[in-house]
Amino acid sequence: MNAMSRNATYNFAYLDEQTKRMIRRAILKAIAIPGYQVPFASREMPMPYGWGTGGVQVTAAILGPDDVLKVIDQGADDTTNAVSIRKFFERVAGIETTTHTAEATIIQTRHRIPEAPLAEGQVLVYQVPIPEPLRFLEPRETETRKMHALEEYGLMHVKLYEDIAKNGHIATTYAYPVKVEGRYVMDPSPTPKFDNPKMHMSAALQLFGAGREKRIYALPPHTEVVSLDFEDHPFEVQRFDRPCALCGAEQVYLDEIVLDDRGGRMFVCSDTDHCETRRAEGHRGELGGELSGEAK
Amino acid sequence: MYVAVKGGEAAIDNAHRLLADRRRGDRSVPALTLDQITEQFALGVDRVMSEGSLYDRRLAALAIKQARGDLIEAIFLVRAYRTTLPRFGYSEPVDTGAMLIERRISACFKDLPGGQLLGPTFDYTHRLLDEELDGDPQIAIGERRESLTDAAARVADILGGEGLVEEDVDPAGQSAPGDINHTPSEFPMSRAMRLQSLSRGDEGFLLALGYSTQRGYGRSHPFAGEIRIGEVEMEIIVPELGFAVPLGRIQVTECQMVNQFKGSAKAPPQFTRGYGLVFGQSERKAMAMSLCDRAMRAEELGEDVVAPPQDQEFVISHCDNVQATGFVEHLKLPHYVDFQAELGLVRTMRAEYAQRESTFQTDLQEAAE
Repeated sequence: MNAMSRNATYNFAYLDEQTKRMIRRAILKAIAIPGYQVPFASREMPMPYGWGTGGVQVTAAILGPDDVLKVIDQGADDTTNAVSIRKFFERVAGIETTTHTAEATIIQTRHRIPEAPLAEGQVLVYQVPIPEPLRFLEPRETETRKMHALEEYGLMHVKLYEDIAKNGHIATTYAYPVKVEGRYVMDPSPTPKFDNPKMHMSAALQLFGAGREKRIYALPPHTEVVSLDFEDHPFEVQRFDRPCALCGAEQVYLDEIVLDDRGGRMFVCSDTDHCETRRAEGHRGELGGELSGEAK
Repeated sequence: MYVAVKGGEAAIDNAHRLLADRRRGDRSVPALTLDQITEQFALGVDRVMSEGSLYDRRLAALAIKQARGDLIEAIFLVRAYRTTLPRFGYSEPVDTGAMLIERRISACFKDLPGGQLLGPTFDYTHRLLDEELDGDPQIAIGERRESLTDAAARVADILGGEGLVEEDVDPAGQSAPGDINHTPSEFPMSRAMRLQSLSRGDEGFLLALGYSTQRGYGRSHPFAGEIRIGEVEMEIIVPELGFAVPLGRIQVTECQMVNQFKGSAKAPPQFTRGYGLVFGQSERKAMAMSLCDRAMRAEELGEDVVAPPQDQEFVISHCDNVQATGFVEHLKLPHYVDFQAELGLVRTMRAEYAQRESTFQTDLQEAAE
């Protein structure tokens, strides 16, 4: 109760209203220019930089008392950092939280997009470590901003081409660059490229927050998002040669679970809510009978 | 048999309980009081105030206690608290020339108005471990003399009279210094904003960069023009009153580095300056800061930017230890989704490699036959 009385001195959703207004202005600008990285005066948050402070600030700025929040990390609601962020908002905003994708009005995520298609009115907030897709080709912010302004993306195409020349295919598996509405090249955050097609024409609003790098960018609903590729080397997503071992789902992203030190492996849905929903509906994979094995 | 990696919530709670337990340590040893920390770890407290960017000794001591002595963690705690504080206004510029001086030295002049004052310094101590401190020996009270009658003018102002040292003006002629808390950082950054970033920048990082300038990476031939430590008065103008009202005194360390400069197309030969100002008694930090400040002025003074300390984007983007520690340590977070993607890629590429190798071997054999 001591902790409660101390929390009482914080504003709803932690940030003061002035800061929220500043962030909302950045978000509005980002929505108006899809894929453009808007600089904002990012704040210190009570969790470390690099642990989702950008996403947390965006969520704090858009959160209302009636919102229902879902937080995932690696597709799962129960990973430690997702738990920590969810608890943070429960504590400083007193809002309702959920693990069900369909019930959430705001979903904050790190590294995944839920398997179930998002609906109109939902907001997906991405935590972004390095917002600049050109960063590893050009370390200077002054240069990369110029490159975006001039739509000078040759360097990125050369990089992808070199991949093909060296390996026969593009060797980028996550944070795979996309082009937004035919204008800005954007980093989709380190989601596996498997998730890139879900960004395209999504009915949900997608907001990206990079706290340490002080950038916000956005994809308004129904925005064209195209993964970069070449005519003779079209973009492809990862494929798994087996279904989820628990729920039997196909065409979903799977985590590889090491079972023993003799090469034993199993593959299960990375999206835990999707997997649980399917199992509740009666779907079973090859090892799906052992539901009781999971701790709560 | 698969047991999901679950139970994050309970695990976190238990981990934090254990942390609290370890923080307290052996219960038969008395707990540290905040007074003990502020009095006896004063320089650690000063570093936390300075890099935490909040002048409050008690909160800094609390943070050090809560962080188990991990100063960067303590700095983080203080920053995360200060970010929630409302901003009432900006103080008037501090007059360090009117400082109540406790220490003041110049390496440029043997004697100067106001005199050299060593103050409480580790300098010239022999670094021999003092086993007596294992106990609580009687320590004599320090000698004090009555306050100085001579005004201790800043050394930079003494040299400035001859025009040998560049004047203290912001070359861009900006009147408002800006505020790094409210403005997104963009480069090139004004010197005032760079100084704000440096003042809360990591002591170790700035020390290493400053050191590198001495070893030839963006060398600028520095002299410690003056280092002064003492209390200055803070004032704020209240619009309703129309005049400056004193808020209180804070202790600061100021360093004026005087650097040789042969002149360039942009500026005549003269001594140039690097500036350092930090909360509390943090001499090493103030000196390192002034070396870095001077190095980053390369472009303004028409020097070639050839070394990392001269590159403001490099220095400013990486000097904040709260940002640095967060991003380095975030590598602890799960990355298995991306790792899975990379695993798939490496497997594919290894298969392709093996296939190429075997085709090559077959071709070789066929060629040999």
